[in-house]
Amino acid sequence: MNKTFDNRAWWLVVPVFLMVAFNALIPLMTVVNFSVQESFGDNVFFWSGVRWFEQVLNSERFHAALLRQIIFTALVLLIEVPLGLAIALAMPRKGPWVSVCLVLMALPLLIPWNVVGAMWNIFALPDIGFLGKLINSLGIHYNYTRQPLGAWFTTVLMDVWHWTSLVVLLCYAGLVSIPDAYYQAAKVDGARPWAVFRYIQLPKLKHVLTIAILLRFMDSFMIYTEVVVLTGGGPGNSTTFLSIDLVKMALGQFDLGPAAAMSIVYFLIILLASWLFYTLMMRNEAR
Amino acid sequence: MTLELRNVAKRVGAQTHIHETNLVIAEGSFNILLGTTLSGKTTLMQLMAGIQKPSSGEVWFRGRNVTQMPVQKRNVSMVYQQFINYANLTVYENIASPLRLAKLPEAEVASRVNKAAELLRLVPMLQRRPHELSGGQQQRTAIARAIVKDSDLILLDEPLANLDYKLREELRDELPKLFAGRNAIVIYATTEPTEALLFGGNTATLHEGRVTQFGPTSQTYRRPRDLITAQVFSDPPINTAKVVKRDGEIVLSERIKWPAGKAGTAIPDGEYTLAIRPHHISPIDHGNGRAMVEGRVLVTELSGSESVIHFDLNGRTWVSQSHGIHPFEVGSTARLYVDVEQSLFFNAKRELVT
Amino acid sequence: MAKITLDALKHSYYPNPQREEDWALKRLTLEWADGGAYALLGPSGCGKTTLLNLISGLLHPTEGRILFNDRDVTLASPEERNIAQVFQFPVIYDTMTVYDNLAFPLRNRGVAEPEVDKRVREIAHMLELDAMLKSRAAGLTADGKQKISLGRGLVRSDVNVIMFDEPLTVIDPHLKWVLRSKLKELHRRISRTMIYVTHDQTEALTFADQVVVMNNGEVVQTGTPVELFERPMHTFVGHFIGSPGMNVLTCEVKDGQASVEGYPVETVNAAEYKGDARRLELGVRPEFVTLASSGIPANIVKVADAGRFRIVEARARDRSIKLLVPEGRPIPEGEVHLAFDPRHTQVYEDGWMVGARR
Repeated sequence: MNKTFDNRAWWLVVPVFLMVAFNALIPLMTVVNFSVQESFGDNVFFWSGVRWFEQVLNSERFHAALLRQIIFTALVLLIEVPLGLAIALAMPRKGPWVSVCLVLMALPLLIPWNVVGAMWNIFALPDIGFLGKLINSLGIHYNYTRQPLGAWFTTVLMDVWHWTSLVVLLCYAGLVSIPDAYYQAAKVDGARPWAVFRYIQLPKLKHVLTIAILLRFMDSFMIYTEVVVLTGGGPGNSTTFLSIDLVKMALGQFDLGPAAAMSIVYFLIILLASWLFYTLMMRNEAR
Repeated sequence: MTLELRNVAKRVGAQTHIHETNLVIAEGSFNILLGTTLSGKTTLMQLMAGIQKPSSGEVWFRGRNVTQMPVQKRNVSMVYQQFINYANLTVYENIASPLRLAKLPEAEVASRVNKAAELLRLVPMLQRRPHELSGGQQQRTAIARAIVKDSDLILLDEPLANLDYKLREELRDELPKLFAGRNAIVIYATTEPTEALLFGGNTATLHEGRVTQFGPTSQTYRRPRDLITAQVFSDPPINTAKVVKRDGEIVLSERIKWPAGKAGTAIPDGEYTLAIRPHHISPIDHGNGRAMVEGRVLVTELSGSESVIHFDLNGRTWVSQSHGIHPFEVGSTARLYVDVEQSLFFNAKRELVT
Repeated sequence: MAKITLDALKHSYYPNPQREEDWALKRLTLEWADGGAYALLGPSGCGKTTLLNLISGLLHPTEGRILFNDRDVTLASPEERNIAQVFQFPVIYDTMTVYDNLAFPLRNRGVAEPEVDKRVREIAHMLELDAMLKSRAAGLTADGKQKISLGRGLVRSDVNVIMFDEPLTVIDPHLKWVLRSKLKELHRRISRTMIYVTHDQTEALTFADQVVVMNNGEVVQTGTPVELFERPMHTFVGHFIGSPGMNVLTCEVKDGQASVEGYPVETVNAAEYKGDARRLELGVRPEFVTLASSGIPANIVKVADAGRFRIVEARARDRSIKLLVPEGRPIPEGEVHLAFDPRHTQVYEDGWMVGARR
């Protein structure tokens, strides 16, 4: 709105620019460098053009990883967003329970990612883990280290447990900011709970939901640590998502060229999808 | 020793927020910016203060060009419509905050804060925090903070709009007293014509980013240079009609006309827009050459001491505001007497004709 | 449509109200006739919004009963009470068109679509919203949005009462006139019971046939605008209604004769004074004070031009007395004398008008 123009302020931004340059731009340029050249070590490079990109885009391995990634992200979004919204709606708006609920919700977010992976690794073990034993005792044969389906189930469940809270907290903040008059007007107008949700809460939560979906999309699309600790990408390649595949390729096989090309493709996919989400959600705002 | 805007304009993208404006504002004066919401009052204030930079033109203060000088260096204070105070500081510390920034000695701070608190009747609340105060007291605190340092320019952006009617009246009475005897230029923005009138001082009327007139308040009110100014500066809205002056008569229609009177005789024959304020039309004939008109009553609003009659005159809604209680049946025909000597005539360019 | 009865109503926001000041509403008995226009007038925190919410059912009273047409609705929900309410800030359903906004309360109640259409168009026409029925409500200006809120209140034919909670707060002055007269016109046309809550005396007095003046959770006076203006029963009413408010001056009464600063003043009710007040005051409105050749001597200290009249502040010793002088009439310089209209000058004991039964 009202800005003060003072050009000296730019100097204050210089350190951040340098940081970003070191942190992001220079490594990114290295990746770009690798993606268009071939190296056999000793810092000797040969120009290879778009070959690596062609190779990556045509490889079945990349397609499979991308497909797994898309299914995983879609599943996670489909579960976490509605679930988070539902929990936020069910939470109390006033009274002593508010802080209790908020703390409980925030807990999973405070646990380091590798710890989450380790926790679930043990929690879901069929012989000693509580979850694993419980499911097996129900007569369902479950072993996430052997069955692809079991591995998927555990991975998705872990992500839902870890990240739904983020959606809850965002939605809750949005809900609390709706003035009371709206609810009162709805009561007076005889609106049923569904109508209140559809015509008051949902429109007012639009921005918050956009942010929640974007954050969850980006994070789940880049998921790495938890899955590596939990399944290591297995059994077989069944939970090898893009990031895991990338690491396998770059560090496991030292195929730096294809790995760099894949990183760039990966990055572009995320950028494009985020932009698409954002524009679609905000389409009606411009007026 | 003045604040001057020279050809100041503000454009944002394709939109013009403030059209080229020239204003000379004297030191120690109380000035009102009157206009509807979004007429450009806030933008104009911010241009004066240096919170926004003009797209073209210059701002001069005390003979210096300060166009590029940021607001922090200009010794300006501001009060907003919302009650803005530091929530975690006491009233005392809130009022003292600008003095602390200026690193004044403690004794000086104490004496100034106490004086400001006394003026604004905040002495009993000095140790409280803003949330323990009523709306009126919160706004008093914000005002105290604005006057405690010797600002050169004090901007008040609709400071009374969020207060109760009676509190507004009280503070409206006190505000000019606070600034009396200071060198500061006070700029006060409001949407209410009555408020502008009661403050006196000077008034600038704003309409769609244009200052239509600036001068002593009663002059702006009684001699509006153009129709827009008359419309902006009238509450209830001023009555207007297309009229023709011919043969010593003011003619609204075949049926509605009256002798031109002194005001009407002075202007040449031709077509005009007539404007007449609601309180110059009354259901009682006070003599002095009033013209009688008949109108169909649309709504009557009776307060305890006044009657406001909305009536249809020749297809236009006119309003009469008069002392006393005059109940009229809705739909009936009312006889109303127009004080024709108070007529304002505007030509085709909407300028006042005298 | 309904007659509304409030029977010994009390409300506190605390679970166990002990002290007097714990009560937001201190005990209220009132009867409002069907189809009337009423206003609740008072400063912020006087309990008027609490009372409004009790009537609409958004709050339930700690004690007492509320009856609509002799049916006890004390514990009924807002929906069961069949009321409509317009809030201070316009509440609109952003994603809907103006048409759908107006239709919303009807559709929620399962009204058939042809009937919905008829009602919506009728109300839109009254409010001059016809042209924008198809546009999205979110794009409207503040007064347009407030018209929609108003329209949602008016669209149902079965509402018992329509309530307005300071509905013109966010509206510019020149549009206030338009909306206010619109509201007045609508009340006349559909003659539904309407309750208007405000701190603005002009709005209350011009809208209502009966005004309830509240202060500190209590009703101070109920009356027509003229009664409140000409016979304020309490100095608070005198001060709160009228702009500027009534002059309140300490006075003495001896043998049925009031005097201020040793000057005798004719009043309406000094003869009724029994002589046991802790505080005696004389009240006279600025409208009833005139500059005269004899009377209380005073000096003019300030003149404020309000357009159609000037507010003159005079000082008699250390008392400030305000009076109104019509536009165009000259104001003398220096010492003047003030005369009070004897038919509109009252004596108050401990705040209340002498002779008035409490």
